Parts: sequence; structure tokens; C-alpha cells
Amino acid sequence: MPEYTPQELMVVCAAREIRAGEVVFVGMRLPLLAFALAKRTHAPDAVGLFENGLVRDTPSAELLFTMGDAPNIQGAEWATRTSALMGLLAQGCADLGFVGGAEVDRYGNLNTSYIGERAHPQVKLPGSGGGADIASLAGRLAIVMAHERKRFPERVSYITSPGYGDGGDWRARVGLPRGGPAAVITTLAVLGFTKDTHEMELRSWHPGSSPDEVGANTGWDLRVAPDARETPAPTADELRVIRECDPQGFWTR
Amino acid sequence: MPEKLLSMSKAIQRFVSDGASVALGCALEPLIPFAAGHELIRQRRRDLTLIGPISDILFDQLIGAGCVSRIIAAWVGNVSAGLGHCYRRVAEQRVPHTIVIEDHSNSSVSLALLAAALGVPYIPMVSLLGSDIARDHPTLRLAPSPLDGAPHLLVPALQPDVAILHVQRADAEGRAHIWGGLGISEEAALAARGVIYTAEEIVPSEVILSDPNRVLAPALKTLAVVHAPGGAHPSPVQGHYNRDHAYFAEYHQRTRSAEDFEQWLSEQVLEVADRAAYLKRLGAERWKALAAKERRLAAPVDYGY
Repeated sequence: MPEYTPQELMVVCAAREIRAGEVVFVGMRLPLLAFALAKRTHAPDAVGLFENGLVRDTPSAELLFTMGDAPNIQGAEWATRTSALMGLLAQGCADLGFVGGAEVDRYGNLNTSYIGERAHPQVKLPGSGGGADIASLAGRLAIVMAHERKRFPERVSYITSPGYGDGGDWRARVGLPRGGPAAVITTLAVLGFTKDTHEMELRSWHPGSSPDEVGANTGWDLRVAPDARETPAPTADELRVIRECDPQGFWTR
Repeated sequence: MPEKLLSMSKAIQRFVSDGASVALGCALEPLIPFAAGHELIRQRRRDLTLIGPISDILFDQLIGAGCVSRIIAAWVGNVSAGLGHCYRRVAEQRVPHTIVIEDHSNSSVSLALLAAALGVPYIPMVSLLGSDIARDHPTLRLAPSPLDGAPHLLVPALQPDVAILHVQRADAEGRAHIWGGLGISEEAALAARGVIYTAEEIVPSEVILSDPNRVLAPALKTLAVVHAPGGAHPSPVQGHYNRDHAYFAEYHQRTRSAEDFEQWLSEQVLEVADRAAYLKRLGAERWKALAAKERRLAAPVDYGY
């Protein structure tokens, strides 16, 4: 079995969320590499939307540190304004979107703004960027983050990016037209959401982890999906592509 | 057309006063007007309102230097290296002083500027419904659509006093060509009372007028044009230089404490006369390594008739 880092496995899991031919609102950091991996493996026809105002149907020629890096602009099929991309997102053109998070709760609400009280935060996080827009309006949302108990409280203290609120039909009640979290890809596991109550549940635990370890690092009594299993390890092909894209391991070591 | 070419120090002195609202970093990660930002710090501007989408370390620097009393932005930090230490200090410890933070998303801040650009009082939006950004925001308002009663957030128009935009090239009369992902540059230029362009190159007007579709906004909005080669470093400028990723990592490492930030600020900003001196300090070898390695010219377009 090939050796790989936790970040490489997260990139692989994120890439696997991209289905063939989908339009993906890519976001920042690890998903930049996940999009490149999906394009070079199972989803060569996927289209990437970038909120700085880019649309790409080919992966960039070099590793991206940010979506605005020069290799992402060269060869883009459209270079335009943020509001044009956000308009496509609002119309429902993005099948899938990615966001990162500092905290996520039982119903997939994300906090990337304030840990602690807003007026006197313990930690001031950078904020939404486009994350809250992607969480509001993408067809499906994939969340990529570290799995620690403090990052998985039962209820986040501040909802930067709406998930399923307090569950059930909350999104429809507040007026969100579609979407909601479909996957939470962490350092330990991949989690999904139950169909009607929209509560987070364990879908697969990573090789070397276990349902017990995932549960112990989650701040509420985590449900386990009836068909939960071990996350399939990265294939040799997936690892080869990741290492070709990121030879120095900036995102993956 | 009147000539608008000014030095950086004169442009900042003349058109950005204490208390001004300033849109900066509008193309997100590229074309960030660091040279202009550093001049704001050197001239000790105070009580600025900074407006932007995401800010990749420039807002952090201005906050740490004590220039800022209000932030209207979607994200403030260090895109490739993590959190902004000065932003954390000001919000968590009120160091160097208290500031007001108006949290936005990239959609809401771009629509706020677009509303001002269009001359309308607000634009309705469905993004952010149910979020605490909407709940806590001082100006976003939840309202039913007059058409069908569905909930919307109304995003009121936001007019900056000045937008400072770094561009590839401009002429002395105040017209600018910009390319790449534009972010909210166009909305900011049209919304602002006036625009300062800092440009890699100052070119004859014929060059700009040869391709009017690539002009960002009409020159009637332009307050000043500044020749600032290298003025966006460490952010990238398509066709000129690449992003200096190591600089962002160094900034993250070197600004962890307020004292360390002060030292960084003295060395990188306060003791540096201007951008030419900054680039000299950066070193010819490092600067050369960032340069675009090849030219990739677009096919010309034909405006003949």
C-alpha cells in the first residue's frame, strides 16, 4: 500500500466529491488542488468557477497557492468580475462548492468569523470571503477542515456560512433556494448528512482511524450511517497526479 | 484632457485624507496596491475605513500601523499562510486601538459597490439568508420581495471616497487597462467618488485608446495616475511578475507579536523612502526570479470600420 499524508487523503476525498462534468465553485487552499486532481483523473470535463472572476475548463499548468495566481489566469476560458461569478452561483449554475471552516456543528453550520463572543472574541478568524455565498447557493457543499473536538461543537457560536440551521427544512424556511452541506472531509473521516433531519453522520473513517476515534473528536453523539465503512485509500494514480501538481508538498505535507 | 500623473506621495497627500473611506485590493489576490498602502502608512493616515473583498495582508498591515478605524470586508488575513496577526490583535485585544468590523461576504460587498455604481439605493440578494453575517450587520436589511413576498436581503449602496487600484498600464490622462480576474475592481471604480490608479507602465494615450473594451472605467472618475512599477509586490501582476509566496510566509512568521510587527513595519515600510527603495531592498535576484518568464500576447482585436 502506498504511503500518503493526511492532506493527500483529504485532497483525494475532496476530488472524489466532484462528479464527471460538474460545474464546481472551487474556493481556496486544498480544493484548488482537489479540482486539479479531479480534472486529471475521473472528471476531465468538470468546469471550475473562481470568485475572483475566472472560469476554467482546463487545470492550471502550475500549482496554485491562490486562485488569483498567474497560471490560473493564463488559459482561463473567461476572466471577468466577481459579481458575474456570484450571479452564476445565485442562479444555480454551480453543482458543487467547496469551503473550509474553523468550526462546524451538528447541522453543518460553519463558523469562520468569531470564536467566542463577537464583541470580545477569543479568536478573530478571517471571515467569510466567498464561503458564505457558496454555502448559501451551491447545489451541494463540501466542507474541508481539520477534525478536532473543539472544531466540532454541537452548535457553532456564530453562523458565517449557513448549513442546515437547526435541521429539517430550515433552509427553505429562511429563504435559501437550494443546497446545503453534502460532505465534510476531515483529517479523520468523511461525514454526510441524514436525508430529512439533515444531521451530520459518519460516512467513512480514514484508514488508521475508527468510528470511536471520530466520535471522540466530535462534540456531540455522532450518528454513524448504516453503510459506514473505511475510506478507500488514495490510488497510486491519484497520488502520482497530486505529487506532479504539488512536487514540493506545499498543500500536502 | 488634463494631465493626472502624480508622484505616489502627492497623490496620497492630495486625495486621501484622514477619515476617508478607501477601497483597496479589489482584484482579490492579484494587483494589490501595496506601494500605495505603504505610502498611507508613511504619511500616518488615521481613521480610515477600508473597503474590500478579501484582503491578502495589506489590510492587516494598515490595521497594525494604526491607520484604520473601520473595516468593511468579506475576509482579512493571509491567503496562503493563514490568519492575519494584526487583525486578530485589534479584534481580540484592541491593539493598537478599537476598530469597527462590518462583516460582509464577497457577494454582499460587491453588490453594495454595484448598487452605488448603478446609482440605486440597494440591490436585493438571496445569499446569506439565515447567516449571522446578515443578523448582525448594521446595514443589510431583511425584507420581503414586493413581487412575491419571498425573503431577501437588501444590500445598501456603498460609496467609497476613493478607490486605489493597481493596473498593468495607464495613460497620463487617467485611463487604465487592466486584465486578469477583475474581482470587484470595476464596481469599486464606478462606485467611488474618485479613483487613484497605480500602474506598472505609463503608456501613450494611443495605446489605451486602441482597446477601449479593456479600459476599466471612464477617466472622468480618475483623480490621479501614479507610475509605480513593482507597486503590487508581493501580489502578482499578470504579464509582469508572479506572486512572491515566500514573502507572505515571512510576513506570517515575522508579525506574530505586536513588537515583531513594529520591527517588520520599520524595516519594510517606515524606513523605506518609496517603491524603488523597497525593490532595491528586496534584492535584484529575488525580484528577477519573480518576473514573468514568457510573454503570452492576446490576439489583437480589430476596431476598424
